[in-house]
Amino acid sequence: MYPYIPNTKDDEQRMLEAIGFNKIEDLFSDIPDNVKLNRDLDLKPSMSELEVANYITKLSKENTTINDLTCFLGAGAYDHYIPSIVGHITSRSEFYTSYTPYQAEISQGTLQYIFEYQSLICNLTGMDVANASLYDGGTAIAEAAFMASNVTRRQEIVISKTVNPQAREVLKTYAHLQGIKVIEVEDEGGVTNLEELQSHVTDKTAAVIVQSPNFFGIIEDIEAIEKVAHSQKRTLLIASVDPISLGILKTPASLGVDIVVGEGQALGIPLSFGGPYLGFIATKKSHMRKLPGRIVGETIDTEGKRAFVLTLQAREQHIRREKATSNICSNQGINTLAAAVYLVTLGKKGLREVALQATQKAHYAMNEITKSGKYKPLFDKPFFKEFAITSSADADEINSKLLEEKILGGYSLGKEYPQYKNGILYAVTEKRTKEEIDRLSSVLEGMI
Amino acid sequence: MRKYNELIFELSKPGRTAYRLPENDVENIAVEELIPAEYLNDDELNLPEVSEVDIIRHYTNLSDKNFGVDTGFYPLGSCTMKYNPKINEDMASLDGFKNIHPLQSEETVQGALKLMYELDKALCEIAGMDKMTLQPAAGAHGELTGLTLIKAYHENRGDTKRTKIIVPDSAHGTNPASAIMAGFDTIEIKSTKDGLVDIESLKAALSDEVAGLMLTNPNTLGLFEKDIKEIADLVHGCGGLLYYDGANANAILGQARPGDMGFDVVHFNIHKTFSTPHGGGGPGSGPVGVKKILLDFIPTPTVEKDGDRYYLDYDYPKSVGRMKDFYGHFGILVRAYTYILTMGRDGLKKASEMAVLNANYLGHRLKDHYNLQEDTIFKHEFVLAGLKDGLSEVTTLDVAKRLLDYGYHPPTVYFPLIVNEALMPEPTESESKETLDEFADALIKIAEEARENPEILKEAPHNTPVGRVNETQAARNPVLKYEG
Repeated sequence: MYPYIPNTKDDEQRMLEAIGFNKIEDLFSDIPDNVKLNRDLDLKPSMSELEVANYITKLSKENTTINDLTCFLGAGAYDHYIPSIVGHITSRSEFYTSYTPYQAEISQGTLQYIFEYQSLICNLTGMDVANASLYDGGTAIAEAAFMASNVTRRQEIVISKTVNPQAREVLKTYAHLQGIKVIEVEDEGGVTNLEELQSHVTDKTAAVIVQSPNFFGIIEDIEAIEKVAHSQKRTLLIASVDPISLGILKTPASLGVDIVVGEGQALGIPLSFGGPYLGFIATKKSHMRKLPGRIVGETIDTEGKRAFVLTLQAREQHIRREKATSNICSNQGINTLAAAVYLVTLGKKGLREVALQATQKAHYAMNEITKSGKYKPLFDKPFFKEFAITSSADADEINSKLLEEKILGGYSLGKEYPQYKNGILYAVTEKRTKEEIDRLSSVLEGMI
Repeated sequence: MRKYNELIFELSKPGRTAYRLPENDVENIAVEELIPAEYLNDDELNLPEVSEVDIIRHYTNLSDKNFGVDTGFYPLGSCTMKYNPKINEDMASLDGFKNIHPLQSEETVQGALKLMYELDKALCEIAGMDKMTLQPAAGAHGELTGLTLIKAYHENRGDTKRTKIIVPDSAHGTNPASAIMAGFDTIEIKSTKDGLVDIESLKAALSDEVAGLMLTNPNTLGLFEKDIKEIADLVHGCGGLLYYDGANANAILGQARPGDMGFDVVHFNIHKTFSTPHGGGGPGSGPVGVKKILLDFIPTPTVEKDGDRYYLDYDYPKSVGRMKDFYGHFGILVRAYTYILTMGRDGLKKASEMAVLNANYLGHRLKDHYNLQEDTIFKHEFVLAGLKDGLSEVTTLDVAKRLLDYGYHPPTVYFPLIVNEALMPEPTESESKETLDEFADALIKIAEEARENPEILKEAPHNTPVGRVNETQAARNPVLKYEG
């Protein structure tokens, strides 16, 4: 009757007899009457697979997808192409039906792909050590802030307002818990205001947090920011980066960043209405023992053969309880496999080509949209795959009209940045074609 | 099959490729003309060059070295390694769910919002709570969310001296770690010799500095905290709140609800109780349910309904704010709702009944060979305290490693901390009597081996892809990335 429950009526009876009980209810006699639920749950009765599939599929069809629309929306979640191989590997159930590799000898598959993922993140960012993942880009920033506070024993975080607004909200929620003060620095022309940043960096500052390319798609001058952040001894620089951008941009390590974090969704993980995604974190060797979460290390087995194992566990909740560096237990597991497969599939040349095409197409789109003069660039700074434009028209109205034309328009900046009221942030990945970009710009042009 | 021991980096050969993009069809402008040279990386990327065939064979070989629920019995206590139904995967992969952007307008994602709304209602009914936030990413993240709510509740009343969270000594490690992360201090209270909350210890710990109590029920020994009402009254009586760690909820679906026991805030581990895959470590999902007294503080946005229209509600002026990006692990929520609809009220109850029957039957089969509390009804899991008549040099770790040779994933070891040589099996409802009997036979055989030939345990495992790994070397000389 229940496909996932193999015991038959007869099995049930024999097992009850073996343990000396008459009926199943007796096994729940330890639950006192004052808390026992003496009615059925108010849920529907069980259903066949076909009925469930029909209902859930019907719900899915009430959504309009990026296959129905042409997507120019980004703002933290991106429509990059996902090679077919990624899903085929992540759907191997030897991987996805296992758990945290506590028993190393029968978990070498998981342990090795995490080790490879850590290596890939290190190679990409130039950092020495990466962990086995955090929940998402936003919580990665919050964890990095806690880590910096822990390393420096300081209670102030200075963060640029050009960092993703959602991530800043998460940081503020977390920071409040530990009485950490969060100071936000305004932008000037779409980048972090360096003078204001400098004025907030003191001997109380645990870390400066910036994002590059920032929320507006602009590449921040990390070299200049690094000088400001490190003008105070021990203050750490945390940078949130788009991993795709590292196909062409300088590595955070070469720019003097102490902790690199970011959202890894762009690395082969579907949009899925916001999750599950992938938070990554990497740092210098000197801070290795302050990292949150799981870390896999290489070792040998009894015969001296190369093997992998969870390591540096003295940082973790299941060993250290209240002295752990973080409470994280479940992480993003299988999504690290997706990211690893994505990165090795694109490889040395492919990731660079994805980044280059996104750059060229985004710049082409910016030029096309603004050439009539009806739309103007909101900023005049070097950008990667996203850019902001503004016009006399209301952003939500523009997006409604674009939707009628089966175009998923950009992110309306006005709510989070009132000073950029009619601003719209467009994202252009390597997936967009010239034809799609031309159509966007011609529909936009026809509106005003 | 040949032994495979390559890293993907070792397969790299210049000129190999596994990708092909369409030709760039916009004007090809040199990147240096678009982005200032000082921002650009002149070096080649340090990524491998491999073909698609290399990649597929590499990861297929790696998957051969892995053990999952689909491979065999995986009785990892407190982790509820139940079967992950395949229809759940199919539903999460539907175009209408997999390919929607989180910032699309609400009118284009009505199906997704409806699913979240209905899941919220179903989880509230199962938990006996008033409202859920689907945002938390995992169980530990749910704990952090719940504690954040407890903190906000006390702060809102201007009661700032409540800085302590009580945690039993049998609690999951995440409980004290979450409490510290949330800016509380912890007070650990002792368990009775039977493994339940010691009421006298609890009373002694209570004061006007206590913000709340975190409790798992059934607890990590698989025992139902029968005095839960009294515990709740005591904590509430001193002004504290009760947090329910839902890690063990698979034992009580449709039997008892944390809300009715007096808990104010609850998390579920969707990847345990509601059958979503553990994914080699995640992603999980940890929705948190609250009673009305905490509703004002819930993370935003929530999903609400107005007539036939579903929307994201940000209108909670006292909200603690965001716990994570977007709305939670939506793809995992789709799987969980599929499971809840499949099982229905009758199936969920049946699942708990069978999980509990399986645990008690397995405990019964093992109690003559391993130390187990006598005459006790367990819920979904139980804890063995080492071998009966075992030689002192044979440890639980040896037993666990020997189980690998018999083709099983071992139970949780050395947890809870209050049990010496703990070995904690949680069979779940997914297993048949035959599987349990074979597993029990293996453990009994191992108990014999421990007496007659302890070396075979000490040197185990013997037939796994690698032998016992050297954890000390890994920690002492950390190699955390491929150095080439």
